[in-house]
This record gives sequence, structure tokens and C-alpha cells, in this order.
Amino acid sequence: MKDFLTRRKLLVGGAATLGGLSLAGCDPLSRSPEFRTFLRNGETLTQSAQRALMIGQPLAREFSERDISRVFKANGTKDPATAEYNTFVASAFSNWRLRIDGLVDRPQSLSLADLRALPSRTQITRHDCVEGWSAIGKWQGAQLGPLLQTVGLKANARFAILHCADNYGGGQDAYYESIDLIDAFHPQTLLAYNLNGQPLEVSHGAPLRLRVERQLGYKQAKYLMRIEIVERLDGFGRGKGGYWEDRGYEWYAGI
Amino acid sequence: MGMPEIVYRHTRIVRIAHWINALCFLLLLMSGLQIFNAHPALYWGQSGNNFDEPWLSIPGGFPGLLTLPSFRDLATGRNWHFFLAWALVINGAFYLGFNLINHHIQRDILPKTRELEPGHLWEEVVHHAQFKRVTGPAAKSYNTLQKLAYVAVIFVLFPLIVLTGLTMSPGFNAIAPFLLDLFGGRQSARSLHFIAANLLVAFLVIHLVEVVVAGAWNEVRSMITGRFTVPSPPAIAEDKP
Repeated sequence: MKDFLTRRKLLVGGAATLGGLSLAGCDPLSRSPEFRTFLRNGETLTQSAQRALMIGQPLAREFSERDISRVFKANGTKDPATAEYNTFVASAFSNWRLRIDGLVDRPQSLSLADLRALPSRTQITRHDCVEGWSAIGKWQGAQLGPLLQTVGLKANARFAILHCADNYGGGQDAYYESIDLIDAFHPQTLLAYNLNGQPLEVSHGAPLRLRVERQLGYKQAKYLMRIEIVERLDGFGRGKGGYWEDRGYEWYAGI
Repeated sequence: MGMPEIVYRHTRIVRIAHWINALCFLLLLMSGLQIFNAHPALYWGQSGNNFDEPWLSIPGGFPGLLTLPSFRDLATGRNWHFFLAWALVINGAFYLGFNLINHHIQRDILPKTRELEPGHLWEEVVHHAQFKRVTGPAAKSYNTLQKLAYVAVIFVLFPLIVLTGLTMSPGFNAIAPFLLDLFGGRQSARSLHFIAANLLVAFLVIHLVEVVVAGAWNEVRSMITGRFTVPSPPAIAEDKP
């Protein structure tokens, strides 16, 4: 019996030591930019695997009216409240314009009325926040793909950068996002102006937000001002392709 | 008393896979709790958020002692979690592939029909309840409850936790929408993922207790070197002619 206790002590002591060492080791690893870059190999694998399995660009699940969330939770910036944005709200967005430029043949500036006049798509989809919650809503908007065909992409075009009107948390950095052309031309990728049959409220990104349905919530950029077609993501923000990407989140937010 | 019998119990593949799996599971659990803490509530159904009724809510979430990283950092927790998830799945695939081909699983892990008879199972339950160390030839093979626990972990809980994890992925939902129907929606999958993690923790606790009951040093050593000393029956029994 004495032997048994000794063994148990050895085991418990050993496990506690190992556990302590591993915990002590993990926080410095978590803080190391090099180690985080190493961990991000998981993201590369996920993106490659999911893209390889997305044969024929399958659609995100679309739900029925009765699945729509009682309240669609607003997250991130709920009101940009900049001097410029306040004039948009004051004019009911009649003085707002969406610019599409960069590596395009025919740069455009579209009013909300122009966008509403385009053929639209309506879809009831699930919005998944990176935090873990979900909400289902009915989105209506213009498909991004046909719009990009209209403006004409140059041969070296690879990404669409979404420039937004808000500085998240009132900081210095403007919110922005980016998607590649695979997602830009996906049929469910919309420039959405309606949620549940009503014009977007300010808290949901009025007058226009992106819907890219096979990715997480932070990719669904709100308060769109400009779509810039580019070849590379460096040179914008801190170079990782989005406000949250610059703060350690995955660029490929399909998981 | 003769020399203790030493048997070669665990192949190198089993030993390597065991420790990779143990490390991955521990770190996946901790990074999983970090991710859980970003929204420490669980729902049933397709969707669920602050305006819906959770079936479980843990205000404040789990303490930093249990999370990876120990400080609040969802982005880094996710980096850890998805890297380790790949490691766990690849390791598990190697384990299954090798051990199905060499019949270790069929021979040593899947219970035999006679072992599943209620009378036999009851005997084992009684034996387990006494926390008695198994000795002699019986110690060379897994007992039926042990086999059933391994089958549950290898063929039910790990597949369940991987598939429910994938069902939370909006990208994978487009690839395999039937998983949403199988698990009853993304938020149900998130709840099942959490429940499966808890059941794996329960397994781990029992596993560690049994290692101590069976002889901690001998068991741990056998999972490192492969060699297992068959415990001798009590000396009194041996003294009989």
C-alpha cells in the first residue's frame, strides 16, 4: 500500500510538473509572432482543403422565413458617427456614393438608387460571429460578381478590398476587409442594402454591407464606401487583408 | 517467486499516436475553452445569440488557468485550436489506418461476442467497483469495459467532436450541408462539440484513475517503452502447492 501511494504521488507530481511546464511554455509561445505564424499553417491547410472540396462553388445553406432570428444581433461598430457619415445619415444616404476602382477598366461611382436599380438577389442565411453565436436574417442586395464584370477587371486583379466608413472602437484605423475573386464571384456574395425587408439600419451597416456567406461575421464588412480591386494585400492597414486579420484573426474565415 | 513476466504490449505506432493524441487533446481542450469564453453560452438549433434562450450559460466563462492562452485572446486561441485539430485528425487517421491493417483494433480493442454477455459484463462491473489490480494472464489483455471505453472514444467521441467542429464552419457547411441536418444546426453542433469534450474529459479522468489502480509506473512505462510487466498474483496464492 505504501508502494501504491508513492507511485500515485510520483504520477500526480509528474503530471502537475508536466502540466505546469506546458502551461508556462504555452503563454510565451502564444505571444511569439514567429510561433503564431507557425500555428497559422493550420489556416493554410484549412483554406486549401475547403477550397479543394468546394467543387462547383456550392451555396451556403438558405433557410425559410420562420428560421429568421427574432432579433438580428448587431456587432462591431454600431454607428460610425464620423462627421462625414453623419451627413450621409442626415441626407438619408442620398449624398453617399460607392466607388469601384483600382485594377478595373471602367471605375464607377454608384448611388444607393443605382445599386437598388440593379437586379437583386434575396437570401435567408446564417451569420456566424467568430465569437460563436449565430443569427439568421433575410438579405437583399446586388450580386458583386456581375457588377465586377460591368466594370471590367484587369488581368492582374486578385482581391477586392472593401473600404468602410467606420473606425472600429473609435480608434485610428479604418475598418476594411478583403476577399479574393473566388468569393467575389460567388452567387451569394452580395452588396446588401436590405435586412429582413427593411433598409439596413445604421447598426447593421447602412447603407450597404458585404455578404460573403461562406465565411465568418468579421468578413461581412459594414458601411461600405469603396471597393478597390488590387493584386496584393500588403500596403493596406497592417498588410494582412483586414481590420481583424491585422489583429491575429484568419484571413480565410471559413471556419 | 520467479522472474516477473515482461510482455511487449504497445507497438511503436500506438505509443507515438497515444502521446501525440494526449498532447493535442489537452491543448485542444484548453484552446477550446478560450474560444468558448468568447461567447460562454450554448444553444440548440440552427442559430442562437444573446436574444435567444441558452440551455447553458457560464457568465464570465472558464478561468484563465484552464484556457490557452491563459489571457483573453480569441485570435490566438483559434490559431492553436485549428492547428491542433489538423494534428489530431492526421494522427488519428494514421492510428486507425495502421491498426486496422495490422488487426490490432479487431484483435485487441473490439469486444468479442461472449464478452458482451450480461453475466460477464456484470462480473467486470463488480470487479471494477472493488478497484482491484488485475494480475496474471488476465492483465495481458484489455477487459471488456476497457474495450468498450476505447471503442466509445475512438469510434464515437473523437469522430463526433471532429464532425461537430466541422459543422460549425460556414465554409464546410457549403461543402457538406447534410451535417447541419445530422446534428440539428450549427448551434446544436456547437453544444454537442462541448458535450463531447466533456465526455472525453470524463474518459481521461477514469483512464488516469485506472492507470493508478493497475500500477501507474508499469502502465506509463509500457506506453513509453512498449514493455509491460505482468503483475504477479498475491504471494499467498503462489505459496500454495
